[in-house]
Amino acid sequence: MARISITVDGVRYDDDVEPRTLLVYHLREQLGKVGTVVGCDTSNCGACTVLMSDPDGRLVGVKSCAVLAVQADGRQVVTIEGLAGPDNTLHPVQKAFHERHALQCGFCTPGMIMAAVDLLTDNPDPSDAQIREGLEGNLCRCTGYQNIVRAVRDAARDLREAGRSAAPAAPTPLAGEDETPDSGLPREQVPDEVIPQPVP
Amino acid sequence: MIPAAVEYTRPSTVDAAIEVLADEDAKVLAGGQSLIPLLRLRLSAPTVLVDLGALADLRGVRQDGDDLVIGAMTTYDAILRDPLVGRYAPLLAAATQTVGDRQVRHLGTIGGSLAHADPAGDLPAVSLALDATMEVTGASGTRSVPATEFFVDYLTTALAPGELLTAVRVPNNRVAQGWALVGVAALCRRDNGNIADIRVALANMAPTPVRATAVETALTGAQAHHTAIIPACDRAAEGTSPADDLSASAGYRRHLACVLTKRAITGCIAGYVDET
Ligand SMILES: Cc1cc2nc3c(=O)[nH]c(=O)nc-3n(C[C@H](O)[C@H](O)[C@H](O)COP(=O)(O)OP(=O)(O)OC[C@H]3O[C@@H](n4cnc5c(N)ncnc54)[C@H](O)[C@@H]3O)c2cc1C
Ligand code: FES
Ligand code: FES
Repeated sequence: MARISITVDGVRYDDDVEPRTLLVYHLREQLGKVGTVVGCDTSNCGACTVLMSDPDGRLVGVKSCAVLAVQADGRQVVTIEGLAGPDNTLHPVQKAFHERHALQCGFCTPGMIMAAVDLLTDNPDPSDAQIREGLEGNLCRCTGYQNIVRAVRDAARDLREAGRSAAPAAPTPLAGEDETPDSGLPREQVPDEVIPQPVP
Repeated sequence: MIPAAVEYTRPSTVDAAIEVLADEDAKVLAGGQSLIPLLRLRLSAPTVLVDLGALADLRGVRQDGDDLVIGAMTTYDAILRDPLVGRYAPLLAAATQTVGDRQVRHLGTIGGSLAHADPAGDLPAVSLALDATMEVTGASGTRSVPATEFFVDYLTTALAPGELLTAVRVPNNRVAQGWALVGVAALCRRDNGNIADIRVALANMAPTPVRATAVETALTGAQAHHTAIIPACDRAAEGTSPADDLSASAGYRRHLACVLTKRAITGCIAGYVDET
């Protein structure tokens, strides 16, 4: 066992882990961050993408199935669960995926969104070709990618118009950790926009 | 799948790393982008992983005389961000841009790529083309291995058990005085599928810079398509009087003018600017 300390979505977690534990399983099984999923055995699909600080402290996209939890010792990690702002206001990339219908089964979505946030942090005004290339590490079996590209394009525009970077805002751990046992907001505080509506 | 049980250590000096690597079942862990997938599939099952992640000395690019020295733990991403690499080893930058995806480039390292020696890997071939030298440290000291001798077989290098690749030394491949044999600057405006307006200027094809008027006339109003562009560019040297000197013959310069004009116009039409 090795003692590690990782700050995930703004909360510091100190744990003993087996060195062979992959970061993604540590997030899911030890910390309950099940928003991050595993889609393959070969580090190809990108479903497990999270942001992790590099040695210079910059948050960058990584595949959490290709990182050992021990390697993340001392680092910051942001998962899909830490992306929404205060009161669960969706991050512009989340909002654009919702509005552009950029998902079908949704399995690739957490990784796709984190990869898009990583891309837009680096390049706030990408061309469609740059969006496709920037997301080449993420596979989607359902959508055919068209709406994903549209959503990322919209999010980029919204972020530019709002004059803000795609980098996630300082996390609001209270929303995720304390309010309810299942890490969501109390029902009455959940904004309408995140509640699925039947198609008319 | 999940890797087999393994011990883990993250030494803070190269010497300490070398010491642990004396254990024959120890394995170096760099960015993990090749090794962790192998551990997951249990194609590799070392007893101890020696993580080089804390060795800040092995990260970064520096200039040493005429050479560029790239630390083994420098990530692909850091290589792409490094101004020295962009200036002195553009081939390395171009190849690195094509490796894997953003996530892989954030963690994967040049040292890991070379030590892994995957025949399909991008940087091993680049290191060969750049005439790079590998700097290697082991229990018995340091040595340099030229790229031509480093790649021994499938996934096999000249690294002896217990040895660490610490840096890659790339000779400066830029010509110090970059006088152009021939230069081409092209500017064009498209109107739907046609070329509405085009200007092409040539450097070093006459006693003064000159316009490639034959190309301009042939392409103005023509379709922005290679069937029109290629024959037009073959006329780039018309009316020029290039020098015939020690650097290049006049005939070679005429040939270059055609080739470079083709590239410049194609690049221009594709929507990016290329300073050929
Ligand atoms: C989805 C995906 C796509 C990829 N696409 C490409 C691609 O297009 N082109 C390409 O070239 N590669 C590709 N790769 C492989 C990638 O480039 C790896 O990062 C690289 O091959 C290994 O570097 P690393 O730092 O991750 O090394 P690790 O995986 O940590 O180590 C690789 C091997 O090298 C040894 N090693 C590492 N560093 C040293 C050192 N300093 N001294 C001695 N031994 C050392 C390790 O013991 C191990 O055996 C891809 C990988 C993935 C997961
Ligand atoms: S689970 Fe497929 S890349 Fe990580
Ligand atoms: S929405 Fe199903 S895999 Fe992308």
